[in-house]
Order: sequence, then structure tokens, then C-alpha cells
Amino acid sequence: MALTTESPPSQGLAAAARLKMLRQMLTIRAFEHRVGEFYERAEMPGITHLSIGQEAVAVGVCAHLNRNDYITSTHRGHGHCYAKGAGLVPMFGELLGKANGYCRGKGGSMHIADRETGHLGANAIIGGGIPLATGAALSAKVLRNRGVGVSFFGDGALNEGILLESMNLAAIWNLPAIFACENNHYGEYTPTDQVTAGRLTLRGEAFGIPSAEVDGMDVLAVYDATDAAVQRARGGGGPSFFVFDTYRYLGHGMSDRTRPYRSQEEEDEWRSQRDPIERLRNQLLGAGLCSESELDAVGQEVRAEVEEAARLAQEAPFPDPEEVDRHVFAD
Amino acid sequence: MSSPTEARQLTFSQAVNEAIREEMDRDHRVILFGEDVAAAGGVWKVTEGLLDRFGAERVLDTPISEAGIAGLGVGAAMTGLRPIVEIMFGDFLPLASDQIVNQAAKTYYMSGGMTSVPMVFLTSMGAGRRLAAQHSQSLQAWFAHIPGLKVALPSSPHDAKGLMKTAIRDENPVIFLQDKVDIYQKGPVPDPSHEYTIPFGRADVKREGEDLTLIATSSMVRQALDAASELAEEGIESEVIDPRTLAPLDEESLLDSVRKTARCLVIDEGYQRYGAGAEIAALVGENLFYDLEAPVRRLGAMDVPVPFSPTLEDLTIPRKEQIVEIARQMLED
Repeated sequence: MALTTESPPSQGLAAAARLKMLRQMLTIRAFEHRVGEFYERAEMPGITHLSIGQEAVAVGVCAHLNRNDYITSTHRGHGHCYAKGAGLVPMFGELLGKANGYCRGKGGSMHIADRETGHLGANAIIGGGIPLATGAALSAKVLRNRGVGVSFFGDGALNEGILLESMNLAAIWNLPAIFACENNHYGEYTPTDQVTAGRLTLRGEAFGIPSAEVDGMDVLAVYDATDAAVQRARGGGGPSFFVFDTYRYLGHGMSDRTRPYRSQEEEDEWRSQRDPIERLRNQLLGAGLCSESELDAVGQEVRAEVEEAARLAQEAPFPDPEEVDRHVFAD
Repeated sequence: MSSPTEARQLTFSQAVNEAIREEMDRDHRVILFGEDVAAAGGVWKVTEGLLDRFGAERVLDTPISEAGIAGLGVGAAMTGLRPIVEIMFGDFLPLASDQIVNQAAKTYYMSGGMTSVPMVFLTSMGAGRRLAAQHSQSLQAWFAHIPGLKVALPSSPHDAKGLMKTAIRDENPVIFLQDKVDIYQKGPVPDPSHEYTIPFGRADVKREGEDLTLIATSSMVRQALDAASELAEEGIESEVIDPRTLAPLDEESLLDSVRKTARCLVIDEGYQRYGAGAEIAALVGENLFYDLEAPVRRLGAMDVPVPFSPTLEDLTIPRKEQIVEIARQMLED
């Protein structure tokens, strides 16, 4: 079954919708840079993983989702969280372990969630969130609410058995599930192709799930590819699988600075030739939908918003000690 | 408990079946899935008739994918359903451990109380059916060790029904262990017109006595009651108390009993080393050291993989004779 439609749905997107996508990608990148600054200044506890370079996948997929749709995310999940609708202050708050964080400081970067916007949570177990989003799809089917469940995961999860178990269940039960693989070409410090056998989309095709490889550096391509899949899922047409070709500009985590497993030339090529923000920016300018100065102003606004949110989160208090054994069990 | 005259005799599996049926009638969000649970009615007959009553959308056969079905259950529980996921043998829980231990148990806490996981992992435990090392373990201590999980292991059909109803209504993930050696044993269960639930964290005194407390779980309760009868012939009056849930644990009732008797033997079918018995013995020791007339003792399964050959298997399971022997030793001094 083909996943493409005759004329790309993004052609019908108004200028404002495209500009919103650009703004979201700029916000995610500015957020991630600010997180990096917190980390460099030793103002942030723990470990974190930045998604700079991968913004288009989160934004392009989530553009189709509403609050009744659920996503699960990964350890590299700040972008998904924001794209699904979360606010910057409680996001920063959570990353800093503050009481105003989405999870009251109990989850942190690797477990951030926002129930209000349908984000079930980032996950620090590779592949751990995949069956959760598939289970959300089961709920949607049983409760007949036309919701979909989207699991974001990296190429590392392609070799976890739980992906295959979840795909099989989604296929046999015809669930409104979307398996969204961000192939950034490295599982931690190891090139994906060294450790991954077979054509990646075959993992979905083997279960009869419509599967496609998509340029994950082009937000409109991501938007177009997932449009039909989301509609089909809502209509009872079952799951889809995407492998989004993308790139992690920085290291696996903050301590991965020299990245000896890949070349500077490779990094430079992705950054200079395929950057998703530059790409959409050039499209908007080329189509005469915005002016350079307008886009520069958007960039400045975004950076100011992010800086202000970071300040508010930094000023927020840490959780009270009484919080430590609250929420172990629900009443 | 209602009087036996009102009660029918049901097996464990019939009692649990009735609990699930009543709760599925009561709440449309309760769904059930697992290997062979629908058309076949489950290998323990626990889910017999449920497919006919509730249809294929609420009672689903699954592939043999323990991690996957556990994970879909967790996700469904996070988003509005109340799944019962059957993992046929407790020995298969390790296949689903990430989803149980890292996802289900931690979601409510990690989300700061945003998202609860109301679901039941229905499984079986225990040796004695000649099923060998990978179908006979009692892993309750593994799961009772993890904050965020509740663990129920009933010792009678009556308790099984009441605890299962509570498990389904609980907002948290519950590991519900049915002792397979007892699963077709009958016991009195009140008529369905008399609805009851049994709260978690409430121990039940199965026999009163003054000389010695036998704290026992699952089928070990029957062993303890049999031992108590034998000991009574020697003039030793044992109190048999069943915690019924290991998490939460009714510490107060257990301690009250030992305060009264000043002697305590804990019998749990998990491996003795680092087992539930060790935890309960430590609880008693920490709280009642100066009230005790004898050291706290524990009896668990032998620390060996459960062997197949019946003559060997029987040696590994705690049994009445051992309880009687230890009890006599405790009362000797």
C-alpha cells in the first residue's frame, strides 16, 4: 500500500501554518541550545540528550495531532514534548528538577511528560515507549474516540524485540498506531549500519504495515508522509511505520564531545546541505511568503521567549522534601 | 466471611472468573487479554465464558509476546482502559519485566502523579505440578521489591474473588498470583448476590492460637493450617495469619499476632534467600526483638531451580512436616 497521496497535502498549507512550523523548529533548537548552556554551566543535574538537527520530525508529525492523540518519546525527547504542545517554563522546570516542572521534578529530561497535551512520556529504556503508544492506540480503538497513538523512537530501537512485538500486535488488531523511527544514523556512539541488518522499512513491511522512508530533514516531507497515515489510522485503517532519515548534530549526550566515530566532513555536510530550519526558511523566502526581516524577527522573539522561560524555571523552587514519597501509588 | 450455608463451593479459577465477570459487567473500561484467554477460556479455565459474554473487543487472544502484551496493557491503562493482562506462568513475567518494572511501576511517580496505570497482571505461581524449572517459580518477592507495584497472592477461593475485584478497581498495577497447585481446589464463596471486595493490605487470621504465629502466603497457608492441626494434638496452639498482599503489607496485624505469641515462623513459597520470608522476618525482628521468646524463623523454597522428578521436586517445596519440626524446635527452649 502506498503512503503518498497525489498532490502533497503541504501544498494546501497556508503561509501561517508553515511559519508556525518554522517557529516551532526554531523554538526547539533554541531550547536545546539553552539546555546545553545550563549543562555547560553545571546548572542542570544529571544527563541530557539534545535533538538539534532532528526538529523536523517532531514538528512535521505532531502537526497532525490533537490533544486526544497520544505520543511517547525517547531520551532525546524535548522536541517531541514541545511539538505536542507543552510549554517552555514547565519543560525547563522539569529539566532542572524544579517543583514547577511537568512531573514536579520527579522525571527530568528523560521522563518528561505532559498529560494535558497527550504526551505520555519520554522514556529512558530504548523502545520502552513503543508498546505504550500502541496501547494508547488500543484504547482509542476500544473507546472509539478516533485518537491515534504515535511512538517516536530512534534507530537503536529497531533492534529491540519490543518493536517487533508491538508492530505485530498493532497489525493483527488493526490499531491506529504510528511507528515513527528517527534514524539519526547513530545508536549512542555506534553507526546504525554496523549493527542493523536488513532494509529498515522491511521491519514494518514484514507485518504488512505500510512503511516508508522519508526525508526527516524536510518538515514538509514529514508532514506530507504522515498526513495520510494519520487519517487512515483515524478511519480504522490500521498502523503505519516511518523511518525518518535525520541527523543528530551533536553527540549522544553532553559528554560525547569529540565524536571519534564519525567525521567532521560528514557533520558539516548535514549541517550545511540539509538543515531543516534553513530549508523551510528558504522555501518560505523563495515562495515570497515572508521577508528576511520578518523571519529574523521571529528568530529573535523565539530566543527571547526561551531565555525568559529559562529564567523563570531557574528562579522556581526545588520540590519540598515531602514530595519524595508522594505519587508512588495512586489513590 | 458469610456463613458456609450461604456459600457455594467454587474453585480458585471459578472464583477469579466470577470476579472478572462481575467487574467487566460493572465497568466497560475493563478489558482482558492474554495467550489463549478468549476462545480457549485460559489454560487455567479462569477466563472461561468471558469471550461469549463480553465479545471479541474486550476479551482478546494474543500472540505469545509477553513483553508486547504487557506493554500494550500499560499504554491502554494510561489512556482510559483498565486492562487485565494474563501472563500464563509467573515464570514468564521476566519476559515482560521492563514493561512491569520500568514502565507500569514508575509511571505514576515519574509523571508527578499525572498518569496512573490501573491494570492487573494475572499470572500463576508455585511448584508441585511437575512442571520443572521454568514453569514452577514463585517470584512474588521480585515484584514486591519494586515501589509502585502491588502484589496479591490469595490462599482461598473466597479471598481470590475479593482480592481480584479490588485489583481491578485499584488505580495501580497489581501482580495477581494464583497458586497453580490449588487452582482447582474448592472453597466456600458467597452467592453472587452478596457482593464483596477484600481491601489490599489487610491480613486475615486463618486460625487463632497463643503459642506461635505462622505467617503464610498462598498454598503455604494450607500447609500451615495442616501443621497447626498436627501441632494442636501436641498441645501447641498456632495462629495462622495470611497477609494476602505482600505489597501493601499489613505490618500491624502481623506484628499484633507475634506480640501475642512471641514466636514467629514465616512460610512463603518463593526462594528462601532474599525472599518475602526474609522481609517479614526482618520486620518482626526490628519491631519485636525484645518481645520474642525465640529467633524468628523462615521457610521458603529450596534455593535450587525447581527439579522435574517428583521425588526431587517435593523436597524443594515447603511442607507441613518442616513447619511442624521448626515449630517444635521453637517451643523447645
